[in-house]
Amino acid sequence: MLLLIQYTLIFASVLVLVALGGCFSEHSGVINIGLEGIMVVGALGGALTMKYLPAGTAAVLIIVLVILASVLVGMIFSLLLGVAAIKFNADQTLVGTALNLLGPAAAVVLVRAINTAESVDNVSSTVAYGQAKKAFVLNIGRFEFNWFMLIAFLVLVASYVILYKTRFGLRLCACGEHPQAADSVGINVYKMRYAGVLISGALGGLGGLVYITAGVSEWKFENGVAGFGFLALAVMIFGQWRPVNIGLAALLFGLFRALSNVYTGFDALVALKLPSTVYNMLPYIISLIVLVFVSGKSRAPKAEGIPYDKGQR
Amino acid sequence: MQMSKESRKKESLLRNSGFQTILGSLLCIIIGLLIGYVVLLIINPGGAGKAIVAILKNFLYYPSAAAATKYLGTTLVKASALLMCSLSVLFAWKVGLFNIGAAGQYVVGVGACLYFGIGLGMPWYVCMLAAVLTAAFVGGISGALKAYFNVNEVISCIMLNWIGLYLVNMLLSLVKEQSTPYTKPLKSVNKSALLPNIGLDQVFSKNEFVTIGLPLAVVMAVIVWVVLEKTKFGFELKATGMNKNAAKYCGMREKRNIILTMVIAGGLAGFGAAIFYLTGIEQWMVQQTSVPAMGFNGIAAAFLGGSNPLGAILSSYFIQHITSGGTYVDKTMYCTQISDLISAFIIYLCGFVLFFKVWLNRFLDKREEKNN
Repeated sequence: MLLLIQYTLIFASVLVLVALGGCFSEHSGVINIGLEGIMVVGALGGALTMKYLPAGTAAVLIIVLVILASVLVGMIFSLLLGVAAIKFNADQTLVGTALNLLGPAAAVVLVRAINTAESVDNVSSTVAYGQAKKAFVLNIGRFEFNWFMLIAFLVLVASYVILYKTRFGLRLCACGEHPQAADSVGINVYKMRYAGVLISGALGGLGGLVYITAGVSEWKFENGVAGFGFLALAVMIFGQWRPVNIGLAALLFGLFRALSNVYTGFDALVALKLPSTVYNMLPYIISLIVLVFVSGKSRAPKAEGIPYDKGQR
Repeated sequence: MQMSKESRKKESLLRNSGFQTILGSLLCIIIGLLIGYVVLLIINPGGAGKAIVAILKNFLYYPSAAAATKYLGTTLVKASALLMCSLSVLFAWKVGLFNIGAAGQYVVGVGACLYFGIGLGMPWYVCMLAAVLTAAFVGGISGALKAYFNVNEVISCIMLNWIGLYLVNMLLSLVKEQSTPYTKPLKSVNKSALLPNIGLDQVFSKNEFVTIGLPLAVVMAVIVWVVLEKTKFGFELKATGMNKNAAKYCGMREKRNIILTMVIAGGLAGFGAAIFYLTGIEQWMVQQTSVPAMGFNGIAAAFLGGSNPLGAILSSYFIQHITSGGTYVDKTMYCTQISDLISAFIIYLCGFVLFFKVWLNRFLDKREEKNN
């Protein structure tokens, strides 16, 4: 049971971070379907930092540096979307999809190049970071507390405050609802949209890092992040683009994802004799069902996905 | 005023939208390859030139003409499946839907045709029909969710990709070999499920995998073009894509059109699965943890081809050419995924084609003004 809670919380942390990233981007008016790719490169940035940090580094320093690396890499990568969508009016779905393909491909090429350089026979796309990863975990009794759980919670609170209580957040939302109106009162729509996309890059990158450090101590980058970026988008829609609802939605989805890791620990579930594949499918099936119920009365930002053109009325 | 006749003719060619699309696609390819080359240089400057040449040469890597023809055949077979996936993507795109689920529809198509072939011992046309119908059904789910519940088709497609992958792994585990995670080879279990060669294998130095699938894929591309451009049905679908409400106002059944589009898109992807796996060229690995790249490369091919079915024939071949070419790079330095990286860059660059066109037209306007 403790294990279930632990996994639920860590997967929910991933989903919360990434979904909030998507939330910021969409509130600014840019659909970020490339979160999956951003997660992968963010994870890569973090994993490589963990790999190359000297063994004796202090735990706090490891945490800070690794997080910084993921966030920065995620932000730089998200600029690819930002520039294309904001400056060049590119189709956001198309560019987002390109990021999703670009992220894993770049990660595999890079990791393999590194591995092959280390030893010619090593053609795997795996990065091992067993030692450094321990810095993130704190054992409280039998419960493995992960600092990311706290970070995710703090980001959630901060997002709520930023979006609803600060000038920046309200302006950001204005750009996603009615950019022309926002512009007419002197808000720089382009800047705001860049801000939204960059925040989504930072949170997406961080989410990727959390995902690959949840439970395992090495990551095979050929696998990407198994559709988690899209699950996060489903969480965002289920949460109706509101931070608090997103937090609750993430817990629900995290629970179903965690079940596939730990269902063998529950006699009742084992007795059902379902193949493990069913549990693997569960989060995706649940999200489809959930989307059916919540998409009808969607509260998506009105101007999302539409490139802003100053000259248009 | 003093413009010579020839330069005016050149001008009008540059103004031509189709020509601009081709120009844009070529630019995407060139820049994509350049970026790929730079990446190779960064990884290992020593072999970068050789590697990019290997990617571009693909089957020409073999010195003997017979071997090269044979591997040209293999590339073409893969390209034909890719063409179907890209048709699936572009058909939906013309109707304003982004079918990122082509990958998943392709996967269920694989599951259906292999199960019918190996498990039930059906002949090839039944297997093919099963693949098309199952994939069409999965596409239809996304369409129905979009039409009736306003579920974003991109997200529902992704979810269905994963659900499809797991289901197919489960289904095909029933017909896998005892000692390996691969499905039983069609050739030894049920020869009647293999597509007929109609002599095409002889053309490609006895490449048994070249079948009627190849011409069928090209025919499909032409049919899709005709349906989209020359029929009332295609016009209605495109009108629905442009403005759902206007289409409804004009008496079109917009919900039906959306569902039908996704059904057709799914069917096309399923057809691609059938013409690939029913040649016996590959066995399915039932422990696969990611959806095959075919569907995603289909997106690249669709946009690189200027979302035109006939352009897709060329672009699918090109994407497959460099993907296959990636397997010939020097593996002590680079990995085969470098091709995936290049095609991903090409898709990214395709996002700029529209801007490129606007910029080009503005540039031409300015020049005209100056000349006058």
